[in-house]
Amino acid sequence: MIMAKPKKAEEIISRVKDFSRVLVAGCKGCVAICEAGGQKEVEVLASAMRIHFSQIGKRIEIDEVSLSRQCDKEYLQELADSIDSYDAVISLACGAGVQFLTEMYGEKPVFPGVDTCFIGVTEEQGVWSERCQACGNCMLGETGGICPITRCSKRMLNGPCGGSENGKCEISLLVGRDVACGWHLIYERLKKLGELERFRRPSEDKDWTASRDGGPRQIIRKDVRP
Amino acid sequence: MSATTPSRLEKIIAAGHLAVTSECGPPRNGDPEVVSRKAELLRNHVDAINVTDNQTAVVRQCSLASCIRIKLLGLEPVLQMVTRDRNRIAIQSDLLGATSFGVHNILCLTGDHQRFGDHPTSANVFDMDSTRLIQTVRMMRDEGRLLGGHQMEEGRPQMFIGAAENPFADPFEIRVLRLAKKVAAGAQFIQTQCIYNMEKFKLWMKQVRDEGLHEKVAVLAGITPIKTVGMAKYMKNKVPGIDVPEAVIKRIAGVPKENQAEEGIKLCLEQIEELKEEEGIMGFHIMAIEWEEKVPEIVERAGLFPRPAVNGSE
Repeated sequence: MIMAKPKKAEEIISRVKDFSRVLVAGCKGCVAICEAGGQKEVEVLASAMRIHFSQIGKRIEIDEVSLSRQCDKEYLQELADSIDSYDAVISLACGAGVQFLTEMYGEKPVFPGVDTCFIGVTEEQGVWSERCQACGNCMLGETGGICPITRCSKRMLNGPCGGSENGKCEISLLVGRDVACGWHLIYERLKKLGELERFRRPSEDKDWTASRDGGPRQIIRKDVRP
Repeated sequence: MSATTPSRLEKIIAAGHLAVTSECGPPRNGDPEVVSRKAELLRNHVDAINVTDNQTAVVRQCSLASCIRIKLLGLEPVLQMVTRDRNRIAIQSDLLGATSFGVHNILCLTGDHQRFGDHPTSANVFDMDSTRLIQTVRMMRDEGRLLGGHQMEEGRPQMFIGAAENPFADPFEIRVLRLAKKVAAGAQFIQTQCIYNMEKFKLWMKQVRDEGLHEKVAVLAGITPIKTVGMAKYMKNKVPGIDVPEAVIKRIAGVPKENQAEEGIKLCLEQIEELKEEEGIMGFHIMAIEWEEKVPEIVERAGLFPRPAVNGSE
């Protein structure tokens, strides 16, 4: 799923301080599961804002809503009747949701309430880790189910580099936590699968046109078009 | 192995001499004298001079410009190129520019991650890695083709292709397989990470020989003299992929501070002597980091001076 983390309340407050009616709009999709933009986080942020503005003696009306998703028109449509009564919206959806809401209600200022981070997994409560960069051309079948584009800090296709030590990536020293060397993981996995011979064959260049390097992407599937 | 490019380094190796290379780190400014001065120090004592490419991801005068400078001094540069900062368009463009100035050696590297350097918030490129860079140079040289398919009628790179290898990185078991991959990609010489753990290095060399790689690629042993015990400890603890055994630190720490530099030189001379006997070692890559002035002395005391002349080199 798409992982996000809440923005600092101060940043959000500074964006909306000059408005009178603000809607905080959560999303019950990915950002709810990673506890950044669901109904609970909407309540927390709205309360923090109310306390802040009341302490400085400023009157701002803050409403709350949580949509099933913000990346689908049918759910965004639910705001159609009420949106005009707000001066601005803070969306706690991922970047896609924030933009889709903006597109739908073009006159309304919309501000992001979270930083959208990556496609990842819940490793344990409160720990989320990246697993996919959506490069558009999945090679997990070649690498024992471990993604070198995501897990190698240099997205090498012929790793590991000379900075791999005790299974840790060279950046571990710098980021203050142990980052597993993706190619060490691939090595261990291919060893288990009896496929170490793969290490002898240089890979082809990656075609990055299916990744962000090719520009904004779109999938059009005739088989599911109406 | 017989030489196929105008590279002097390749000719030295092909003639069966022990090669000697060293490196020169360009300055963090545009001063035209620094590289010239460092290169002149090495003029008579090495066969070729590597120029580092923004090493440890710190911005420095560019490797290609410095290589051209060295070439214009009548010396032989080795263009180090990392894939961290260039996509395949810039890589090939720089290779063609280097070719136009008669740069005949390249060392293909992926490069330290940019978070190590002085611009940790920058983006990286990594459009390809070192192995693919090796293949790219080989294709441009041997097939006269660019990655995009364009056929060069003239002006193909004529480069002796090198790569780095770190026998001390993990997982150790994969290191020789990965070297085999680089050789399959087209690497003709290898400059190793600096060696302090001789036991591990010899184990690695044995695996290199068992794979028959020593007959396909010239291994130049990486030698870095230790200047102080502080430097040894720093490399042990802070530089990823460098293996400094406790015994080495004890040895340097065991002499008074004013004698530590000489002890470091002695240690590297002993290493060179020992490695001369190691089957498959075709030369030495002496990296005296910010201590270039010591290289001539090391080369002389190691019995590697004078450097042999080879026919037909430029």
